Amino acid sequence: MTEADRRQQAIADEFAFVDDWMLQLQQLIEHGEAMPPLADDAKTDDLLVRGCQSRVWLDAGTEAGTFHVRADSDSQLVRGLASVLVRVFDGLPADEAATADVWVFSKVGLADHLSPNRANGLDAMWRAIREAARRGA
Amino acid sequence: MTTETIPPPFDVERVRADFPILARTVYDGRPLVYLDNAATTQKPQVVLDRLAAYYANENANVHRGVHVLSAEGTESYEAARRTVQRFLGAAHAHEVVFTRGTTEAINLVAHGFGSILTEGDEVVVSALEHHANIVPWQMLCERTGARLRVIPMLDSGDLDLRSLGETITDRAKVVAVTHTSNALGTVVPLAPIIDAAHAVGAAVLVDSAQVAPHAPLDVQALGADFVVFSGHKTFGPTGIGALWGREAWLDKLPPYQGGGDMIDRVTFEKTTFAGLPAKFEAGTPHVAGGIGLGTALEYLMDLGLDAVAAYEADLLAYAEERLAAVEGLRFVGTPQRRASAISFLLGDVHPYDAGTVLDRLGVAVRTGHHCAQPVMDRLGVPGTVRASVAFYNTRADVDALVDGLAQVRALFG
Repeated sequence: MTEADRRQQAIADEFAFVDDWMLQLQQLIEHGEAMPPLADDAKTDDLLVRGCQSRVWLDAGTEAGTFHVRADSDSQLVRGLASVLVRVFDGLPADEAATADVWVFSKVGLADHLSPNRANGLDAMWRAIREAARRGA
Repeated sequence: MTTETIPPPFDVERVRADFPILARTVYDGRPLVYLDNAATTQKPQVVLDRLAAYYANENANVHRGVHVLSAEGTESYEAARRTVQRFLGAAHAHEVVFTRGTTEAINLVAHGFGSILTEGDEVVVSALEHHANIVPWQMLCERTGARLRVIPMLDSGDLDLRSLGETITDRAKVVAVTHTSNALGTVVPLAPIIDAAHAVGAAVLVDSAQVAPHAPLDVQALGADFVVFSGHKTFGPTGIGALWGREAWLDKLPPYQGGGDMIDRVTFEKTTFAGLPAKFEAGTPHVAGGIGLGTALEYLMDLGLDAVAAYEADLLAYAEERLAAVEGLRFVGTPQRRASAISFLLGDVHPYDAGTVLDRLGVAVRTGHHCAQPVMDRLGVPGTVRASVAFYNTRADVDALVDGLAQVRALFG
């Protein structure tokens, strides 16, 4: 099991206690609220992720082989999704971040409750993270 | 004592039974509440049956073959054109050009004006337009050196017609304006715009995509020069729509695409073009689509567009009243006259968040900028939640939306 897998399993375990979709979305929102926001002046257009229907900012880079990522969104649900990705990827070795698979959303059934457009936004965020990690790996 | 003709009551439950998709459920067995009719409308069984019958019994290429199938297909397709003519109140069937939809119809006209406009001419649109009635004109302006002017909008979502004379000048060659805003539901009073345009000799194109499904259309009474609408927003198939143009204007515009069916005589030295409407219908047309659209319009005319408009006006008034009572709800656009669409925001909740929860509850609405980013920019919002009704929606659908919004508030409030 890789570090990314271990982190996703921990998140999946937290969500495992919630089977009602409304409560699951609530937990996702709370997960997003727990993530430190980006300062307003850090939300620059060059950090915007294309392909999301809400505005999503991703600030990612690699320092001394360690991948760092922070994120924010004006949608609370997307912020929740972004916070899960940040928890999975932030601090991973860049080469692992560049290749890690993301399975936690389908594992906990969140994908079933989110409209396809949002799923596209999730894909776009993951793609942006992977590309940033590849540049630093 | 006067005797009034009282129209038969609009039996919405009987009408709903004509639309098989309205009986389906989504997610864990929730009834579908479809309030995204400004994006596309559902199809009655008669349209589905007509499409199947065409492919099962009549499929052939039109306008060409000597065989019986081709003759029958051609007749059905041309009968559909006459249905569109009747639906629009047009003087001639050859003034009706089948297109892929509203977008292609506007592109066809904008392309044609490429041979008419010169540098310094002006094209006028309004601040309420869908991107489909902005971008083709921008592209035209870039090609010709013409300038794009915009009729401004008030905070209410109504157009500001006080300064029409400043926007529509004697340099204007074409004025392209929406009949009803897809984003806000504003019904635009067209008469002063058409009068101002014609006073300076400009042609007028009206985007009636959001009117055709909801109210009677009469292009001759309207007085515009081009009117366009989409089949899929009018209970017909996707990939089909219509352009109506005054014969004199259609004659003046050059062909849009070259190919088969639109020619009179082809040699390598020179090609002469067919007359109307074939001049604008290059290649094998969407025969099934045209025939299906004809059936949809027959269905709509049988229901009666006056009855549809009256029923929807009552439903919209109910929706506005119920939504106004939702805590934290703010209408985006409060136009003097509204058709079909209501845009709103709920407190600080992002439209996508609201739309996602509503979707999970079985309520289909549209969220985002509704292909009208300048409208959103003008009103200073990133997007809205938009509910848009058709004649098959009920007060119960509105109630489901309002109940859903309470759940949205509970989750994000």
